[in-house]
Amino acid sequence: METAAKKQKLVVIGNGMAPGRALEHLFEMAPETYDVTIFNAEPRVNYDRIMLSPVLSGEKEFEEIIIHGDGWYIKHGITLYKGHKIIGIDRQAKTVTSDAGTIESYDKLLIATGSVPFVLPVPGNNLPGVLTYRDLDDVNAMLLAAQSRAKAVVIGGGLLGLEAAAGLKSRGMDVTVLHIMPTLMERQLDPAAGYLLEQAVEQRGIRVMTKASTKEILGQNKVEGVLLADGTTLPADLVVMAAGIRPNAMLAKEAGLETNRGIVVNAGMQTSDPDIFAIGECAEVAGQCYGLVAPLYEMARVVSAQLADDADAKFVHSETPTKLKVTGINLFSVGDLGEGDDRQEIVLRDAAAGVYKRLVLKDDRIIGTVLYGETSDGAWFHDLTKKRTDISEMRDTLIFGQSYQGGSPLDPMAAVAALPDDAEICGCNGICKGKITGAISGKGLTSLDDVRVHTKASASCGSCTGLVEQLLVLTLGDSYNPSAVTPMCSCTDLGHDDVRRLIKAKKLKSIPAVMQELEWKTSCGCAKCRPALNYYLVADWPDEYADDYQSRFINERVHANIQKDGTYSVVPRMWGGVTNSKELRAIADVVDKFAIPAVKVTGGQRIDMLGIKKEDLPAVWADLGKAGFVSGQAYAKGLRTVKTCVGTDWCRFGTQDSTGLGIRIEKFMWGSWTPAKVKMAVSGCPRNCAEATCKDVGIICVDSGYEIHFAGAAGLDIKGTEVLGLVKTEDEALEHVVALTQMYREQGRYLERIYKWAKRVGLDEIRRQIMQDEVKRRGYFDRFVFSQTFAQVDPWSERVSGVDKHEFQPMAKIGYQQAAE
Amino acid sequence: MMNWIEIGTINDIPRRGARCVNTPHGKIAVFRTMEDQIFAIDDHCPHKGGPLSQGIVHGAAVTCPLHNWVISLETGKALGADEGSVKTIAIRLDGDRILALLELATVAAE
Repeated sequence: METAAKKQKLVVIGNGMAPGRALEHLFEMAPETYDVTIFNAEPRVNYDRIMLSPVLSGEKEFEEIIIHGDGWYIKHGITLYKGHKIIGIDRQAKTVTSDAGTIESYDKLLIATGSVPFVLPVPGNNLPGVLTYRDLDDVNAMLLAAQSRAKAVVIGGGLLGLEAAAGLKSRGMDVTVLHIMPTLMERQLDPAAGYLLEQAVEQRGIRVMTKASTKEILGQNKVEGVLLADGTTLPADLVVMAAGIRPNAMLAKEAGLETNRGIVVNAGMQTSDPDIFAIGECAEVAGQCYGLVAPLYEMARVVSAQLADDADAKFVHSETPTKLKVTGINLFSVGDLGEGDDRQEIVLRDAAAGVYKRLVLKDDRIIGTVLYGETSDGAWFHDLTKKRTDISEMRDTLIFGQSYQGGSPLDPMAAVAALPDDAEICGCNGICKGKITGAISGKGLTSLDDVRVHTKASASCGSCTGLVEQLLVLTLGDSYNPSAVTPMCSCTDLGHDDVRRLIKAKKLKSIPAVMQELEWKTSCGCAKCRPALNYYLVADWPDEYADDYQSRFINERVHANIQKDGTYSVVPRMWGGVTNSKELRAIADVVDKFAIPAVKVTGGQRIDMLGIKKEDLPAVWADLGKAGFVSGQAYAKGLRTVKTCVGTDWCRFGTQDSTGLGIRIEKFMWGSWTPAKVKMAVSGCPRNCAEATCKDVGIICVDSGYEIHFAGAAGLDIKGTEVLGLVKTEDEALEHVVALTQMYREQGRYLERIYKWAKRVGLDEIRRQIMQDEVKRRGYFDRFVFSQTFAQVDPWSERVSGVDKHEFQPMAKIGYQQAAE
Repeated sequence: MMNWIEIGTINDIPRRGARCVNTPHGKIAVFRTMEDQIFAIDDHCPHKGGPLSQGIVHGAAVTCPLHNWVISLETGKALGADEGSVKTIAIRLDGDRILALLELATVAAE
């Protein structure tokens, strides 16, 4: 007797999660349609690949993550070839061939070859001990290596890399994660959330190195270490490459199917050959490849319907939330996190609880969500996005989550008034509401500073300042007059001084760290706060902070001064204003060679070449560098010039070697960044030909020694200097000038010149610290010297050697197209 | 005639930075935001013609290096109290490749 209809033959290449799910659907919808044969390159049944990380960390056993046991294949009459890799598809004959020589014919073919890990093309990448993270074999190899409890380096700070790192760490290895971008998981997280993630990962004892570019894997017969592009060498017994995946489309390409990044399929998951389908990470639909499981399961649903003759089943793109499977780290990210005019953002930062939430809104709808620390509302936000819910009604309380919706909007003042007396206001110091209001009325406090002094509330991180001020208003009524701290910019309520204090107190060492911990109101700052923060971090952590060039004004980024027509001016350093024929000749040659339109002597005793095209800058510097010139930093919020007169060398009135001292100071202090520009001068006698008494710092040489002046101005304001004091020797003069400058570097507000800083801090206080308090003076001096070890790098020669090449060349030149004849 | 012309890849531009493209009609500035959005506008501030490509990029806006006008990268309009706008250029991404919709000036072949 014949069966009702002859079954068709379905061959599946690959046995991962997507084809497994597809077959489940297919057997439900059309159980008698196909005879199924599966070729699995891995020698095992179908398992839940995304649960490999818990297996690696020891939270699960392999048996627990199996999706289909052997019984399932038997039950459905599937022929499963374990450990057979398909090496060829013959579309004419409609057969596939495995590496073991098995040939199988098909009516319909389903390709689900998944993806292959991206292996960095660096020397040593094939040494024993270099692994990727893709399948159970990789996990087993890692577990074996982890028994040594030695050093592991994981390359890649994305989802897979961090999961691998956490797993290896929990197995007792000493783990370092290298990530080429400035923040972790930058594809899914914005920098603020990336910063929090980095903190959490480091708290687990995993070292994280960002901006780390791998140059070579070191070792003779096995891995011994990793060499980074900056020259750092990290010892390693195990290297895991988790730098990304690529769709595995090779087999399909060799078979002549249309491929791009992946195997190109239509919305019905059909390849360019109507009898061949592709799903999973290897498939590319509408120009996109997918790596998260939800869309892959959607592909499985579509292809099974197609195979069961439902031609209407179509794949539709949807955003999938990213979650990290590392126990104890909560993050959630989905959708479009870009910024724009037509978009608004709601940001909530709770530094004490380590919480960051950001919603991106467009037309009163949520289009993107990042949650860190507290992710329970992720599903709700995602749901609002999917349903395109208008959120304007609940906008004010939206960020607090689902449980805060409905009811009337909260009046912040009423909310504070309603707090019980034992409610904690200042988390850092454990101060409750009753203690603060009690102190205000009991001790007659009238200002925020009073409250800080008497109760310590808001005296540490300052993030409860708003609450404390509301308590002052509640307790004192209208008689409370909040102190007028001018915020740095509209991104924060904190003033410059608070920000500087907190950067030190909380050891904040990056711009994202400052923005998170000090609860910035924007995700990326603005052109006012970013350069200021960059300076504060450079000044406070000279050895640890990585200068953020994108937060510097253009002049400091390209080491030249932008002019009104977009060209630049270049000023080489002329130490103390002294030059010679060789230098002048070199300048003349450069002016001729680059057709520089204007040359001018500056007020600071050096030569300015104006009107240079940006593209020409590196070549100009190269020529100047050959003559021994370094950058004059005429563009910097830093030390500009030390103007001198000729002193005892030539002048009949000179009392000391003013030229020599000027050069000595300039050579000692060049390259240092300061809150605003610093101009200095040394005059050899009180006739003051170097005009030292209108400079930021000036020295007047006299018979008995060196009179140090400071806080002069000859710009927007005109102001003669104040006398700091008299010292006897040149060494002392240098030490005092350096200490004064360092004091200003540590206390000045960004763009605040020395005379304004001095007025704010008090001239007497500065004199006391620099002239009388030797310990303080030595401290300032030593900190300046330490900072200079990182700052005295000539930016011109650095650029000539190729640093920041992209800055100086157009990305493309689009020419004219020729008209056809 | 307008054409989609490849002008580079996303990796050619630093995050929160910009690069220029020279065209027969003048320079255009191509920006990459922190979130990897790409925008292109004429490299010419509506105020005094400052090179916007040289400004500090924050959010989807750039601050002109000459006089601190803040220009929206999306609309080309000056933000805040200032009034003026600069031409925007349509951008399309194909993987990492950046394509710009540009008018090609035509010269007669010899």
